Amino acid sequence: MDLVNILSGLVGGLGVVFKMAPVDIMPGAGQLFVSLPINVLLCLIGALIGTLIGVLPGVGPIATIAMLLPITYKLDPTGALIMLAGIYYGAQYGGSTTAILVNIPGEATSVVTTLDGHQMAKQGRAGAALATAAIGSFIAGCVATVIIALLGVPLTALALKFGPADYFSLMVMGLIFAVALARGSVIKALAMVCLGLLLGTIGSDLESGEQRMTFGLLELADGLEFATLAMGVIGFAEIMRNLENPETRDVVQGKVTGLMPTKQDMKDSAWPIARGTLIGSILGILPGNGAVLGPFASYTIEKKIAKDPSRFGRGAIEGVAGPEAANNAGAQTSFIPMLTLGIPPNAVMAIMVGAMTIHGIVPGPQIMTKQPDLFWGMIASMWVGNLMLLIINLPLIGLWVKLLKVPYRMLFPAILLFCCIGIYSVNNQPFDVLITGCFGLFGYFLLKHGFEPAPMLIAFVLGRLMEEKLRQAMLISRGSLWVFVERPLSLAFLVIAVLLLTFALLPAMQKKRDEVFTE
Amino acid sequence: MTSTFTRRILLAATATLLSTAAFAQAYPSKPITMIVPFAAGGPTDIIARIVGENMSKTLGQQIVIENVAGAGGTTGITRAVSAAPDGYTIAMGHLGTLSAAPALFPDLRYKPLDGIQHIGVAGGTPILIVSKKDFAPKNLAEFVTHLKANPDKVNEAHAGVGSVSWTTCTLLKAQLGVPNMNSVPYRGTGPALNDLVGGQVDFMCDQIPSVIGQVKGNGIKAYAIASAARSPALPDIPTTAEAGLPGFQIEAWNGIVGPTGIPTDALKKLVDALDKALDDAGTKKRLEDLGAVIPSKVDRTPDGFKALVKRDFDKLNPSLVAAKK
Repeated sequence: MDLVNILSGLVGGLGVVFKMAPVDIMPGAGQLFVSLPINVLLCLIGALIGTLIGVLPGVGPIATIAMLLPITYKLDPTGALIMLAGIYYGAQYGGSTTAILVNIPGEATSVVTTLDGHQMAKQGRAGAALATAAIGSFIAGCVATVIIALLGVPLTALALKFGPADYFSLMVMGLIFAVALARGSVIKALAMVCLGLLLGTIGSDLESGEQRMTFGLLELADGLEFATLAMGVIGFAEIMRNLENPETRDVVQGKVTGLMPTKQDMKDSAWPIARGTLIGSILGILPGNGAVLGPFASYTIEKKIAKDPSRFGRGAIEGVAGPEAANNAGAQTSFIPMLTLGIPPNAVMAIMVGAMTIHGIVPGPQIMTKQPDLFWGMIASMWVGNLMLLIINLPLIGLWVKLLKVPYRMLFPAILLFCCIGIYSVNNQPFDVLITGCFGLFGYFLLKHGFEPAPMLIAFVLGRLMEEKLRQAMLISRGSLWVFVERPLSLAFLVIAVLLLTFALLPAMQKKRDEVFTE
Repeated sequence: MTSTFTRRILLAATATLLSTAAFAQAYPSKPITMIVPFAAGGPTDIIARIVGENMSKTLGQQIVIENVAGAGGTTGITRAVSAAPDGYTIAMGHLGTLSAAPALFPDLRYKPLDGIQHIGVAGGTPILIVSKKDFAPKNLAEFVTHLKANPDKVNEAHAGVGSVSWTTCTLLKAQLGVPNMNSVPYRGTGPALNDLVGGQVDFMCDQIPSVIGQVKGNGIKAYAIASAARSPALPDIPTTAEAGLPGFQIEAWNGIVGPTGIPTDALKKLVDALDKALDDAGTKKRLEDLGAVIPSKVDRTPDGFKALVKRDFDKLNPSLVAAKK
């Protein structure tokens, strides 16, 4: 595709988004057709719903899109998909809200935001953190949309070259990042990484289907859900800690300062947003939900190149701006494999593919040529949707910050309730809610003994993927380990991982690290 | 105090009366839950939604789809067949959860033949044998020869132990005499298909809706369809019988099940609603566009469904049990 085609495609797409269509506004009660820009309205509805469910801890886009699927039956497929897409990236904007305000990550990708975002809130800078997250997401969303339009097809070809061995080596590199996330001692961080890896092995064995560490409970056959684990060890534990010493909450309430980021904040977050966007966009294209790595990678890079890494974990704005940008960029570019190949890279995209199929569209590489309105309409709608989200989210910040003034004894039952609803909605399993409760107790124990949950969570996410990719790679190579060195991509990742590790373990560095990090 | 108490009793009595009244009403008097034991968007989910939409019109009550994923779909089926047998909880089962599951889950909490109520078959989904674009064999005969000659070089991909792709390919490998051929497991059809398109693995078997896009878009090639007849969705692809492998015939199917003991009248209404949905021109077309096959009048009945579950259990069980060892 040359530039002219892409430009005409985008113009056509914008035409689809702003198309006026006669809509029967009184269905069932006589007919009253009014011409409405239906697709823009659907985009707005999607963005609004997305923001709302993103803010509700635990209620994720997967459950929401599944619930709303029947409503879309009556819609034109393009409009339906524009709305569902809006829900997905809208949730990415909203997802940071609870992470920053109450230290509860609704999704895998907002775990990183809790690290510095919530610290900022504790310092009275919740407004600045929320605004930075929204602005970072907006910039990332716009850039990622351009990437989808310009580079979607060549990037797909590149991503297909990514075999299990390359993927495994990338994850090894990711694990090294996990250690860098820790604020406290390296030994404790390593212990948490190991625990995360072990928790990731619960469930049916990939190759034989044997049950591992499930204690005969069929509910555990598919392993633990990330939401149950994260909500438990971070969210529930945080609530317990807050109930233990209510005075710290009052401090948070007491000193809410400016709602918007200062000029210095903007300056500090500009480059992290740019780097986060780039990292997130690249990882988003990878099959098998590579997007989850984005925020972690972005955070690590920001921390590594910062002049004073000790600020991280204590309310550094770069630790919010970069990961949030990476998060939204990844969410956006994960549409690429779905649009260009018809293959969903994650659970949300799988429902989108299902929605297409229900509307009689065969997902596959032919969508671009056979359904140009759908293809370009969706891409154009992402621009429009991101702009809407920025406009929706900035004024909301004042409202969210006011929420912090609500006495905690009234706030926490609501948070707990929404968490439970959210966890239940993932699989419609009451068992998951129980498990979350158990992990809440465990998280409280970790907190009391100075263990960081973040490295455990990333190791959990990576562990499952790593095991899967390792075994796939070894099966394909007939048991030869050389496959990880022979493939150039894989080799490159391993070399970077070794370099990172050496860097971290250099004695001089180690000494400095201990001085800076151990409290 | 006393008056509050009396009021409470009155309230309770009224509530009981009301609920009894509701119970006496003709079935269905409230929405029916259809459990889909997989995540939204997959082949079973799509068929459930299309059929359920039409059945809702006939029954006059909404059929609500509830996705209860887990343990190869057996979690959702377990929940449906242990629910109250009032006809308000049913599930969309499939080849894997009903015919293959006994070989895979020794602790399975339901008996797919006698422990559940078969309501009817909603549709069959043909299985395709597909390979990466540049895989050497040009047709099914060459493919068979190639597999038999190189059992230690070829890589098969599947969507996880217990999935339709694993189940059907295990049967294929058993029939070709290469049961131990290298098989690479993935979590779901999406990632497996991705690596097949990328050429990381050589071939796989899967349902038409999952692979048709890539076959039409020339991302992968299809050797044969393991059904008795060609599919109108892919008329150029020969059947296994035409292409020289008549022994390999297997179709994935979806069928509605419920707990045993559903009142006869409710059961009849469900069976009739499904029958009507499958005869409806619009629903039929939507299913056929997906590549699904509409079961005949006899095959879609509860008895026809039960016979199907039995037939495919007999066909699959020996090779699945052997593969699990």
